[in-house]
Amino acid sequence: MADENGVMVLTEAANGKLTELATELLACGRKLADDLSVKLSAFTAGSGIKEIASEAIAFGADTAYFADNPLLKNYHPEAYLAITEKLIKELKPQVVIMGQTDIGRDLAPRLAFRLQTVAVLDCIDLSLNPGSKKILLTKPVYGGNVHAVFTSDLSPQIATVRAKTVKPLPRDSSRKGEIVNFDAAINQSTFRLKLVEKKTQAMEGIRLEEAKVVVSGGRGMGGAEGFRQLEELAALLKGAVAASRPPADSGWVPNVRLVGLTGKVIAPEMYIAVGISGSSQHMAGCSASRNIIAINKDAEANIFRYARYGVVGDWRKVLPAFISKVKELLSS
Amino acid sequence: MNIIVCVKQITDPEVPPTSIKIDAPARRIIPAEGIAAVLSPFDLHAVEAALRIKETSGAKVTILSMGSNLLREVVKKPLAMGADELILLEDSAFADGDSISNAYTLATAVRKIGAYDLILCGRQAADWDFGQTGIGMAEMLGIPCITIARKVAVVDGKAVVERVVADGYEVIETPLPALITVSNELGEPRYPTIKGILASKKIEPVVWKPAEISIDPAKTGAMGRKLLLVNLFQPVRESRCEIIGGETPEEAGANLAVKLREAKLL
Repeated sequence: MADENGVMVLTEAANGKLTELATELLACGRKLADDLSVKLSAFTAGSGIKEIASEAIAFGADTAYFADNPLLKNYHPEAYLAITEKLIKELKPQVVIMGQTDIGRDLAPRLAFRLQTVAVLDCIDLSLNPGSKKILLTKPVYGGNVHAVFTSDLSPQIATVRAKTVKPLPRDSSRKGEIVNFDAAINQSTFRLKLVEKKTQAMEGIRLEEAKVVVSGGRGMGGAEGFRQLEELAALLKGAVAASRPPADSGWVPNVRLVGLTGKVIAPEMYIAVGISGSSQHMAGCSASRNIIAINKDAEANIFRYARYGVVGDWRKVLPAFISKVKELLSS
Repeated sequence: MNIIVCVKQITDPEVPPTSIKIDAPARRIIPAEGIAAVLSPFDLHAVEAALRIKETSGAKVTILSMGSNLLREVVKKPLAMGADELILLEDSAFADGDSISNAYTLATAVRKIGAYDLILCGRQAADWDFGQTGIGMAEMLGIPCITIARKVAVVDGKAVVERVVADGYEVIETPLPALITVSNELGEPRYPTIKGILASKKIEPVVWKPAEISIDPAKTGAMGRKLLLVNLFQPVRESRCEIIGGETPEEAGANLAVKLREAKLL
């Protein structure tokens, strides 16, 4: 359609800055915008985010829209849907990109159904089909064992993108762009959902998403006690503890430590997987790690297909010796 | 209180990755031989959420499923767990839809069911992981929707929902009727009891064909697809794992530490 213009990225902010994933999305959007010879807009919604929004320019956007409103402080599905729908109807982008986050998972389908178009969630690649000028969206299906490439003739094409699938552009503070305050009214009286409270499960120590080393346990840990050893190892390596779904579902570790398709997606320098079989659902959350180290008693376990180094053996015997050698090496 | 739970029959997602094969030219997943069909695990969490409400405040729980070749022993599992009735949208016209056409078909069936207070769905189906059909149904039915719940309670005519987020959870209230999608954090779905299995044998599913729900044939199943699948492929992963050995598991553990040191990872 002739009046469609540009690529739009929803950039989330947290702790006073754009999230790492937001900068990855800007790199992804920049590439598509260049391939299509169109502009890249970023949109940040929140409260007290004016300064943060302009950062989107330094990471690749041509125009940084922001909506700074106390009603947008926390994610409210109806508030975010209303404001985003308004901006999309004004800008008429041909592609809308969000992160596969708490917000993206919820907002992307709502927007798609509201705008009578289609969304594809959890994409690992977006590329231009040069002939049709439509975007090809690649998404892992069947537990990541198959990749499916989708497209659609509807507009805009909406996608959420998985963390750690694109490298951010280097921050360039000399980049020029326009900063626009999208000061649209939000009519709270039509809201049906009421946010009562938010309960944060505090995570002790280094944040999982930022840790350079992650020590992770799976079903094979057999219970909460084994995680004490993983904590000891994580402390030694200044890393964080994570888990696959069985330990989280069984309450051996708090749910906020879950890594995988329905949990966090991380890419540390080193991911030490202990008693983790390496189901595709789990690998969706850690396969971008630079080095995966596996300890598992099953030589056929899927985790060894991803690992750089591995030990086949019972972690109860392997791990204590590993930890004590690590201690010795680190102190020498 | 009337609760509708939507469930989807899929091939068991716990199969070994090597058993999954595709027919790339036809862009189809080939069902692995001998792999059982199951209900998508998140959908069983939705059934569990409905049954917990039934236990505490009383409810009639209706299971709604859609597809072709629905195996009775599979789709009747929620009845054996304690649900009250089963409606099947079973026809080839309903098959091979995308989130849009599936949401349309299910929403059309919900309108025919008529009276409902709560619709529960799994957060996403464990085969294609789209995570959109529930949200789409809510949008089409014009009812509020909360996604990825770890707890659903009905209090004073409202649903109080705990929604899982990365660093904890949010408590959200919604008036009824509403649609909630449920996540595994809700807790393990109950096992069917012998009594439940016997009771479920006596319940015959109600089967609705396209004409019975007055559906627009152009908008359901493959005909209604807006999302085009252009390619399917299996990512190739070559193992480059170096297995570190030793005389004993303890020695292997120590050797691993030495290896990581050599590789400058420690």
